[in-house]
Amino acid sequence: MTRHKIIALCAALVLCSSAAIADGLVDPGRSPYVEALQGKKVVFLPLAMGFDLAEGWTSGVRQAVEGSGGTFSIRDPNWSTDAGAQALTELISEKPDLIVVHNPDVQSYARLNEKAEKAGIYVIQVNMRSSYSTDGYVGADWLKVGEAEANALIRKCGAGTSGKVAIVQGVLTAATSVYQIGPILDVLAKHPEIKVVSNQAADWDASKARALTATVLQQNPDLCGLISFWDGMALGSSAAIAEAGKTGKVYVVTNGGGEQMACDNLDNGSFDEYVSFDVPRQAADMNDMIETLFQAKQKPGAVKISLYTPNQILTKADLKPGSCWSMKSLPKH
Amino acid sequence: MIVYGMVCSGQTSITKSKPSHKAGRRGGSSVAASPSPFRTATTSRALLARARHLRLGAIAPLPRRCDFASALAFGRAMKSAVLPSQRFSQERIVFAITVVLFLIFSATLDRFLTSANLLSLLQSVSVLGILGVGMAIVVIGRGIDLSIVAVMAIPVAWLLTMMDHGVAAPLAFALGLGFALAIGALNGIFIAYVEAPALFATLAIGAFVYGFGRSQLFSQDIIALPKSESWIAAVGRMHIADIPIAVLFFAVICAAGSLALKYTKIGRFLYLMGENYLAARITGIPTRPMIVLQYVLSSLVAFVAGVVTAAEVTSMNTRVVNSTLIYDVILVVVVGGIGLSGGKGGIRNVIVGTLLIGILLNGMTILDVRYTLQNLIKSLILLVALLVDSAVNPRDEQTAQQGDI
Repeated sequence: MTRHKIIALCAALVLCSSAAIADGLVDPGRSPYVEALQGKKVVFLPLAMGFDLAEGWTSGVRQAVEGSGGTFSIRDPNWSTDAGAQALTELISEKPDLIVVHNPDVQSYARLNEKAEKAGIYVIQVNMRSSYSTDGYVGADWLKVGEAEANALIRKCGAGTSGKVAIVQGVLTAATSVYQIGPILDVLAKHPEIKVVSNQAADWDASKARALTATVLQQNPDLCGLISFWDGMALGSSAAIAEAGKTGKVYVVTNGGGEQMACDNLDNGSFDEYVSFDVPRQAADMNDMIETLFQAKQKPGAVKISLYTPNQILTKADLKPGSCWSMKSLPKH
Repeated sequence: MIVYGMVCSGQTSITKSKPSHKAGRRGGSSVAASPSPFRTATTSRALLARARHLRLGAIAPLPRRCDFASALAFGRAMKSAVLPSQRFSQERIVFAITVVLFLIFSATLDRFLTSANLLSLLQSVSVLGILGVGMAIVVIGRGIDLSIVAVMAIPVAWLLTMMDHGVAAPLAFALGLGFALAIGALNGIFIAYVEAPALFATLAIGAFVYGFGRSQLFSQDIIALPKSESWIAAVGRMHIADIPIAVLFFAVICAAGSLALKYTKIGRFLYLMGENYLAARITGIPTRPMIVLQYVLSSLVAFVAGVVTAAEVTSMNTRVVNSTLIYDVILVVVVGGIGLSGGKGGIRNVIVGTLLIGILLNGMTILDVRYTLQNLIKSLILLVALLVDSAVNPRDEQTAQQGDI
């Protein structure tokens, strides 16, 4: 009898459990993920809107945050460091849950970033790190970008060429300029055959870069290569090179977020080599970072994580559809 | 001469009507009988009062007699009092500094004194020079146009956006130009009819245009030349008889501006308005429409500068509105010797100012001077020019009364 009872009990148990499996199991890890961003307020403080990097990041992060039940808003200081600092100060008293900060330079927002973190707000810095490291940094590895650019010139301007190269920096105080020029000069210093004939700043302005490059070309008609610190500005340099009839003779290396304009200019010969920090990938990294911070529920400032974007080197030869992303195809908001 | 006519007619009517004051109302008829258009008792008196109010006598002694010779003498005296002394005018000082720099660079720098480098020097400041001509037109008429950089950038950026969306080039150009001229007219209307100070009106309208463009017309801040319109880039790279197209544009704008200022009624009116707005107004110059016209002209010039820029660098960077370009434009105008109090100078001053900046930039780039040091050198040279000018040309009576901007 007892044996029959045991068998019946076992059968009942098996039946019950298989019924439960048919209904599906609840993933115990999912609800912390779903709830992590519910009602959370994420604010993005870019340098400005309306240029490829900011638009690409915004599009990616907005979709993820809003899709998970959080809110996403933008404070656009339109290239004004003062307005940006003002906005950041206001945000500290407004107390959102997380701020994504795009620093204009190394110093300006450093104290404010620290203050925000102390006020209990997670702070993620993108692409340009201030002198204060916050919870997260997502962005290009400027050291590697600089090294890649310098190495490209070493490859192209070695023996058999004049070895003359020019460097066009952006705004001198910008983190991108500060962190990029060091490794470039370090790498070039190891190669005495390379001579830097001009190292000037063009303030991210293509017109200034054009004038500057034209003068350098007059002085050094045998210029072999040129590094421009940003693709938007490099357009000016390549215009001057084209005007002097030297397209293809001066090796133009630049960097940027890999927007379609970069691929177009590689294709038409304006740029020769392009170090891309993939903006859609950076947006995905930012989302990962946001998710991680909200799920880990650590006190702001408790952890410091950096995610450097691997560089992608593009030349005309390895262009394929999808090498670049297009700002035009981003969803409108 | 117009001023002279004013004063002169006022004086004669006073001498003629003096007895009539004593004799009661008869004076009215004696004045009415005289042939001068100014000769009614009220206007003559008003004119003399106005002449005294404007203190023309403080600038040059008012003539005693009313014949041609004394009129000429008065005119000459006025001119020498109003215009800076010709021997050491600011223009000449700046020109001398420019020549000295040019000689130093020619002697010390390899390949500075080559035609190709000099052309490239000119090319790099062509857009600045073109904008300088636009600003000069306004400053001579005693105004200022702080929206000039916004007018250069936004309509041209809109034009590129339209072409990118498939609008035919001629229509896009027409709409872009129309937009630029409309902004100029708006500036003029605010200043002439609403009577807002030029400084604030153009500042506000410049900001408005930038905001309107960025929020309503396009969303990017750098608009690239569409691939389909590569002919514009080809034109931008063109050289005619070795001269870059941008330099040619600068030359044409300078020539047109110079001829217009010297030989057209509009040009002369601008000088008169700049020198003495009230006098210009009571002598019958249509000052309000003229103000509108001068801002429309500066917008037209700014649009040309924008098109030249877009053709040169195959894109339009609207961030330039927030840059220091506007100060450079004012600098070129003022350093060349066009006083901000108006009525003085010409296109030649713009050319001198532009050349100074061009030579400085070119020389320092060749020398590979550090950028921060470049700013220091540039500002020092400008300060020296201002110092020398203020030592050689102390502020005159007129400037003291009217004040600079």
